[in-house]
Amino acid sequence: MTTNQLMFAIFAAVIIIFSILTVTSRRILRAATFLLFVLVATGGMYFLLRFNFLAAIQLTLYAGGIVVLIIFSILLTSHIGEKLEAPSVKKIIPAFIAAGFGAALCILTIVQHPFPQEVISSSERTDIRVIAKALISTEKFGYALPFEVISILLLAAMVGAIILAKKRKD
Amino acid sequence: MFEGVPLTWFLITGTIMFFVGIYGFLVRKNLITMLMSIELILNSVNINFVAFNKILYPGHLEGMFFTIFIIAVAAAEASVAIAIIINIYRRLVNIDVEKMNEMKY
Repeated sequence: MTTNQLMFAIFAAVIIIFSILTVTSRRILRAATFLLFVLVATGGMYFLLRFNFLAAIQLTLYAGGIVVLIIFSILLTSHIGEKLEAPSVKKIIPAFIAAGFGAALCILTIVQHPFPQEVISSSERTDIRVIAKALISTEKFGYALPFEVISILLLAAMVGAIILAKKRKD
Repeated sequence: MFEGVPLTWFLITGTIMFFVGIYGFLVRKNLITMLMSIELILNSVNINFVAFNKILYPGHLEGMFFTIFIIAVAAAEASVAIAIIINIYRRLVNIDVEKMNEMKY
């Protein structure tokens, strides 16, 4: 077993175990903490694949931004020691069947599909200048338009969040 | 194959994470926990994009850019969703989906 396989096994185990705990934990603050572990392990997987810039984004934006936002909203809307009521069996069984059936189908398809084996994957890191140039380039493999669209989306989300969460005067 | 790790392993990890997210979305009643399930689903898609990019097309960067844009969309979605949740909490003092049966107030 190589180092990469070992690291992958650790990250995959953390992702699977803690994502199951995230959706089954009855204490909501603990569920948010488990979600944080899942997101950090995903960032580790990006590091394993040598996408360093992406891993940094994952850690700062997801683990540092979204999880903190979720934890703040949990603290605003529920008590810390509060336990959620357990979901009824009537709800668990159909959800489990749907998720299990879908997962089995997908995994079966993935295992049977012949992916090309001869592609030699490079382990070199992506230069940050290549990413920066692609994000503002308008030529082939340039992402200027989605970049601008996403900036407008973020502005709209910001304005919308402020308006929605503002206290009404009436 | 990425230095000993086959593509299939990444895809299976992503699949399990995705369907765990689906299960949580169907079972949970609290709005914030449902939002966390959605984050799980988005993350599993990101893992798939990145693994495909690195292992099948190592010279390109499309998967990475899609992942960056998905992360940005997820951030926007989380902020608006949490604003809506806090607004609902202020009106109904509760964030259970089953107790929300009216959109107009």
